[in-house]
Amino acid sequence: MSTMRLALHRIRLPLAAFTLEVDTEITAGITGLFGPSGAGKTSLLDLVAGLRRAPSALIRLGDRVLTDTAQGLSVPARERRIGYVPQDLALFPHLSVRGNLLYGAHGKEETNGNGGRFAFDHIRDLLDLGPLLERGIAHLSGGEKQRVAFARALLSSPRLLLLDEPLAGLDRPRRERILAYLRQAHDDLQVPMLYVSHHADEMTALCGEVLHLDHGKVTGQGEPGA
Amino acid sequence: MNAAEWQVVGFTLRVSAFAILLILPPGLAIAWLLARFRWPGKSLAETLIALPLVLPPVATGLLLLKLLGRRGALGAFLHDRLGLDVVFTWRGVVVAMAVMSLPLLVRGARVAFEGVDPRLEQIARTLGATDVRVFLTITLPLARNGILGGTLLAFARALGEFGATILVAGNIPGRTSTLALSIYQLVQLGKDGEAFRLLGISAAIAFAAVWASERFLARRGPR
Repeated sequence: MSTMRLALHRIRLPLAAFTLEVDTEITAGITGLFGPSGAGKTSLLDLVAGLRRAPSALIRLGDRVLTDTAQGLSVPARERRIGYVPQDLALFPHLSVRGNLLYGAHGKEETNGNGGRFAFDHIRDLLDLGPLLERGIAHLSGGEKQRVAFARALLSSPRLLLLDEPLAGLDRPRRERILAYLRQAHDDLQVPMLYVSHHADEMTALCGEVLHLDHGKVTGQGEPGA
Repeated sequence: MNAAEWQVVGFTLRVSAFAILLILPPGLAIAWLLARFRWPGKSLAETLIALPLVLPPVATGLLLLKLLGRRGALGAFLHDRLGLDVVFTWRGVVVAMAVMSLPLLVRGARVAFEGVDPRLEQIARTLGATDVRVFLTITLPLARNGILGGTLLAFARALGEFGATILVAGNIPGRTSTLALSIYQLVQLGKDGEAFRLLGISAAIAFAAVWASERFLARRGPR
């Protein structure tokens, strides 16, 4: 079981209706971020990924400081090695599945010091993407798009994977399938994940720890279902 | 069609194309800055660029004439330092066409850039791409059809430019005479038949450019 140590300290980000305020540390291999829509979950992911700046934040992944507003430090998103699967997936519509998958792998031979676990062939087979490689994004089903977005993030050899409601819009059988893929990828690749959802059953099925967020505040943290 | 007429057609196409190539890099840069960022002086820049659309072309021409003449601020520099004369040369035609077409190019490209979901650019960054790579591999390809449409529209505008051109470049047969200037001169001389022949050619080229522009604009957005 891979573990991460993601420190989110002194986070304060004014949003439209409230201020996101978080000060905690996350340690489980897969941590759920649970709460109603508009609770600030996506904003928190954006801060971790470096896509958004907060007036106050200290974000550390393992021993590496990613953001420290007190020091005026912010590692650019492209150097954070944090994979992000956003809610709308943001697949590149002008590229084939292969083009999407290889976008982050471009010019990167290194494999996170772990013997090729992020190798293209390996991840392609893990997510059963072989038959889809030459297709255009417009010709994929919802579940196939999820897998492509997921694989694309994995192929950038991330140290942490952010998943924003990755099962939204899928029917139950497909959700079960994608959940199985996620679990398998996590066990196999040892990538810690931060998993956003407002479905309690997904949390229970996947996460070792859940952070409850409501109106920008942490209202609970602990084992799923607790 | 006689040799002189072919010369005019060829000259007009060449200077128009040159004018568009000249404004393409700065035009795309301005459009991108307008589409993606907020900066001080932005609305002033927007207005200045759009001004040639609504100002009488002759007024724009007069301003360019004053600026680029040998005693003008820019003209003196070009003449003394680089030995370049702009006014009453083919360069004057290019400058007049460039200034008059820039608003259409910027407008088209700006709308095209605004149509690209910023989320795609952000996710490309999380995948390790530099800003330059994001622009070249995500922003530009996705905005391509809108940019091509705007560029062709600007080209069509340059082809028909008259008011600014006649002030900056005059109407020197074989040197600065474009299709529009030649038509005007032929009508002045009472040679309506010849004028109509050039008008036919102008209309055919403009039709093709605008038609192609509309085709690109119709294909905008994710395929």
